[in-house]
Amino acid sequence: MIKFFLMVNKQGQTRLSRYYEHVEINKRATLEAEVVKNCLSRSKDQCSFIEYKDFKLVYRQYAALFVVVGINETENEMAVYELIHNFVEVLDKYFSRVIMFNLDRVHIILDEMVLNGCIVEMNRNRILAPLFVLDKVAES
Amino acid sequence: MSDVVERTLSALPGLLGQHKPGAGPGDAGGPGRVSGGSRLGSLVRSIAALTSKHEEEKLIQQELASLKAAVSAPTTTLRLMKECMVRLIYCEMLGYESSFGYIHAIKLAQQGNLLEKRVGYLAVSLFLHENHELLLLLVNTVVKDLQSTNLVEVCMALTIVSQIFPREMIPAVLPLIEDKLQHSKEIIRRKAVQALYKFYLIAPNQVQHIHDKFRKALCDRDAGVMAASLHIYLQMIKENSSGYKDLTGSFVTILKQVVGGKLPVDFNYHSVPAPWLQIQLLRILGLLGKDDPRTSELMYDVLDESLRRAEINHNITYAILFECVQTIYTIHPKSELLEKAAKCIGKFVLSPKINLKYLGLKALTYVIQQDPNLALQHQMTIIECLDHPDPIIKRETLELLYRITNGQNVIVIVQKMLDYLKECKEEYAVISLVGKIAELAEKYAPDSEWFIQTMNAVFSAGGDVVHPDIPNNFLKLLAEGFDDGKENNQLRVYAVQSYLALLEEERALYPQKFLQVMSWVLGEYSSLVTDVDPEVILTKLHSLLKKTSVTSETKVWIMAAVTKIASRTSSSKTVDKLIQEFSNSLDTCMRQYAFELKHLCEDKALMKKLLLFDASCNDIVVDASLSFLDGFVAEGLGRGAAPYKPHHQRQEEKLSQEKALNFEPYGLSFASSVSSSGITGRQSPTGLSFASDTSGNSAETGHKETNTLKLEGVRKLWGKEGYLPKKEKIGKEDEPQTVSCGGLSAGQVRDPPASQADPAASLSEEDREKQQLASTLFIGLGSNAGVSLMGKADTATQKFKRKSKMNEMQNIEETSDFQNCAALDFGPLLDTIPNNMEDCEENTQIMLRKASLCSSDIVEENFAFDMPQFEKNYRLDDRLSDHRLSQSSLFASSNIEIFQPSPSAQCESASKAPLVPCLPEELEEFTHSEVVELCQNDALALYLCKVWTNDSLLLTVFVSNKTTSAFNAVSLVFEEAEDFQILESFTHQFPVIEAQSVEHCQKCVWMDKISTQGVISGSVSYQSEMETCLEFSITLSLLDFIRPMEMTTEDFGKLWLSLSNDVKQNIKMASSQDSLSEVLSTLQQKLKLHIVDIIGNEGILACQLLPSVPCLLHCRTHSGMLALWFRSPCSALPDGLLYQCQKVMEEC
Repeated sequence: MIKFFLMVNKQGQTRLSRYYEHVEINKRATLEAEVVKNCLSRSKDQCSFIEYKDFKLVYRQYAALFVVVGINETENEMAVYELIHNFVEVLDKYFSRVIMFNLDRVHIILDEMVLNGCIVEMNRNRILAPLFVLDKVAES
Repeated sequence: MSDVVERTLSALPGLLGQHKPGAGPGDAGGPGRVSGGSRLGSLVRSIAALTSKHEEEKLIQQELASLKAAVSAPTTTLRLMKECMVRLIYCEMLGYESSFGYIHAIKLAQQGNLLEKRVGYLAVSLFLHENHELLLLLVNTVVKDLQSTNLVEVCMALTIVSQIFPREMIPAVLPLIEDKLQHSKEIIRRKAVQALYKFYLIAPNQVQHIHDKFRKALCDRDAGVMAASLHIYLQMIKENSSGYKDLTGSFVTILKQVVGGKLPVDFNYHSVPAPWLQIQLLRILGLLGKDDPRTSELMYDVLDESLRRAEINHNITYAILFECVQTIYTIHPKSELLEKAAKCIGKFVLSPKINLKYLGLKALTYVIQQDPNLALQHQMTIIECLDHPDPIIKRETLELLYRITNGQNVIVIVQKMLDYLKECKEEYAVISLVGKIAELAEKYAPDSEWFIQTMNAVFSAGGDVVHPDIPNNFLKLLAEGFDDGKENNQLRVYAVQSYLALLEEERALYPQKFLQVMSWVLGEYSSLVTDVDPEVILTKLHSLLKKTSVTSETKVWIMAAVTKIASRTSSSKTVDKLIQEFSNSLDTCMRQYAFELKHLCEDKALMKKLLLFDASCNDIVVDASLSFLDGFVAEGLGRGAAPYKPHHQRQEEKLSQEKALNFEPYGLSFASSVSSSGITGRQSPTGLSFASDTSGNSAETGHKETNTLKLEGVRKLWGKEGYLPKKEKIGKEDEPQTVSCGGLSAGQVRDPPASQADPAASLSEEDREKQQLASTLFIGLGSNAGVSLMGKADTATQKFKRKSKMNEMQNIEETSDFQNCAALDFGPLLDTIPNNMEDCEENTQIMLRKASLCSSDIVEENFAFDMPQFEKNYRLDDRLSDHRLSQSSLFASSNIEIFQPSPSAQCESASKAPLVPCLPEELEEFTHSEVVELCQNDALALYLCKVWTNDSLLLTVFVSNKTTSAFNAVSLVFEEAEDFQILESFTHQFPVIEAQSVEHCQKCVWMDKISTQGVISGSVSYQSEMETCLEFSITLSLLDFIRPMEMTTEDFGKLWLSLSNDVKQNIKMASSQDSLSEVLSTLQQKLKLHIVDIIGNEGILACQLLPSVPCLLHCRTHSGMLALWFRSPCSALPDGLLYQCQKVMEEC
């Protein structure tokens, strides 16, 4: 079970957050800050899974950006680790190099992949299909 | 692959708004990307430029203010609204609440065109939580979109439903979503299944009737739809694996196809076919095969193939392998597979990649209890991991070691844990580690000295975050002691000595909990240490009391210790000083303690009596009835004082007096009793009269009760004259203790140091050290000791075997029944009884705990207790209207289909098999089920007949003796069932069952917790050549406890209004049931409902759950649908009945 999905930069600013279990809005900021602190304190040769409170963090770093996923112990860490990468690859496939900030679309993509804390779709074509249709309609 | 990462890396910063200087707003994206992030972009940029949190807050507040103005302006276009919404999402994401925008998000979802609508839905799913009241406003939009001809809109609606949807509105969309399961597009079918998964999570009862549709989804021609259904199955199998064993073959086939690459190529991830799907399937197989050799058999092949196929060197393959290994070790073992899995774990553990090493350790931790040899194989790697620079790896390694701890390696392992504890800062990790150390220390401590030292370390390092159980258990262990009395004392003496040494350090600061432990031990046992002057101890405690770092809670503990020590000394200067000092303390608590101490010191004899040595485990019996005050009360009453009224009664009276005048005519007593029994009465003008009536009487009854309080069995310790001295020691009724403190059986254990002596010579110094560590860590692990490792709770190696003196007294009474029956069963084998006693104790404790836990159920139970009153009145009414309810009339009037064997048929069957029982005559008049066989063996056969009497379900169990000799002392014992209540007793004894004859017994059963189905199990034991036991189980359905309830339309109306829990559902009617009356008569027959009235296309029915919880049903037909509306005082009952209705309707 995935508890939350975060994208945070090195300065600790949240770029994307999606919670699959309700967390009070004022508690989110503290949680995110601690999560980033935990990830930043680790070096490249340390493992990508952190035991944090009663759950685990799986994180991956892309340049100055961390993607961090909070999971419980029933989840397979490596599968989540690769979920992150698949997500990034899908973003890469959808957005071309010069793009603007598209928070809504990133969310729409993530919603296709993870629902209720479960990994529901990993097929890239299928993840992007609804978004492509929306774009086509908007264009015409 | 590295190429992809490269590309992604370069693309990401752009994606996340680090805007390229050249690109202005509007010149965004590839083909088809609409710009719109421009204002968000500038917001993000300006925030990124800020340096302080304060500035950020200011900027966002500004932004929110302008957004607030924008969203509420009537001129704002939907397009602009969409943009505002994205900015609001951004602000909330940074932690600034923007609740003013929530309603606009809902509006946007309602009114927007496609992309705007999607963003509206997105914002709703991000802003609102499951129980948010605004969510109800979304339902109409969702219903509309589900019916839209535009597939994109349907998709969106399905997505939002599977993310967030109000539970009570599920019936509004359920039929629409069910239809979507047949849609031609895979994406719609897939999302419909996802929505149903959500419903299953939040309201499993509501989708119970569509389980066969889940099966269809599992067999869908599209892999995506099938994969979506797996989430539902994983969940259902987790809850009840036995119900889905028949699907094992299907899951195996699917996995085979996936592994064999039969899916379309776009399901591949880095050339691995649908890895996440494989993982999901492996998890399901693990759950199905657990403890089930037959089912496991079916999956060995495919697991083997999965292991073989996962050969590409990629992370995702390792994820699959890891899951595979877990499944192989979860299901019934097969040695060939275990070997391969072990090899696989080896690959993980030895991998230079740190993530794989972590997985390897995790897998090892999982399998180590089944296969301790695996730990021996990898011992050197484990040692290396123990000193790994990454604390996460270290922690995982300690977790592994924790699982392999035994009496021989405990010292080394605990030392390693303590070392880690010193470096560890994270509170959560500290708590869990401290708990583990304490557990290991208690279980495997080699000697008292080590135990106390270790616990000292635990308390010092754990600080005040240690779980309260740890100090409690520790003190309990000291107090209750264990079998070896000498060692017992030694432990206490050592504890006292070590604490005195610790307190020697004037400046040392100890955690409060540690100080509390110390002071309690010093208070209780310091007199065991003869070479220390009590005065010295008192001085130390005194100086502690004066420290500012000591909290007032701890001071109370210290005061208690001082009091105890003072009772054992003749006079003490320190105590006098202390009394003087604290008699003027500003802390009232301390002042009171000082006063108490002062008064006690004046009467040393009393003090000694009160504070017996080592009496912490003795039961203190309190005369809760305060009978020693009886004289005082009588005197008061004699002088004309008012009798005492309990608080709730006074409250009630006050309420009833406050009520205004009653202008309504007095109604039927029926209605009044309902409202007074605590139902949320919406219209109960007549309730008043009843309530005041009872309160008028209850002063009297309350008084009577105090006079008749049962005092038998309560030993009086405090009486009229104060404390009654003890005449006999209670704790003397010693139970024979058969369990001895097991010594360490070193002979059984392999000796690793010897086997490694030779290679060690050629190793370097460092390696030798590691070898040495290995030999100490892994001692006792090996094939010989393997068996004892399987169960962690191995008592033979446990050092401190608890005596549990504490509960002996109370339990003797409770267990005596059990003991008697055990004595009957076991005859001369009396020495087994103490063991039973222990079990029994556990049981009763669990029962007690249960009782305190299910306080939520009690509300409903209370209701049930209240209801008989209602029923009585109701019957009275009926009698008045001359509708006497004879026992069978209820059923007779509703012509229920129930098996009523004709006498001739009985004769026939009787002649064929003489031992098939028939129901005794007095029960024949009731409706009852067929007599069915429960189970049998060579000697006995058990039959069951359910008799549905008016006030309970009567289970009639027949025991037939098939042999030619009589059986003596046959006992039938029902196990306690959570959901059911067996009236009277759980057991029945047949003194004798003659050869070739049948005996029967009857048990009345009520349903305690409402469920659609439940099982009561039990066993019959009897003595032949050897003790034999025959087990059986009886399945009971909710319907067994439902009875029709007769009432008039008027009464129905009144009761309807007084009930608060309702459930509504629309059901499609089958073509065969075209008229309402037909449907109703079906419900009447199958569910035993009583039809109260039928008016046009509406019908009302009533029934009750035994003993007397009513449930009312209102039905209405319209255009082929049947609208059901249930109401009941009990919330679970409508759900249960609804499910039964659905089942009945589908069967037709």
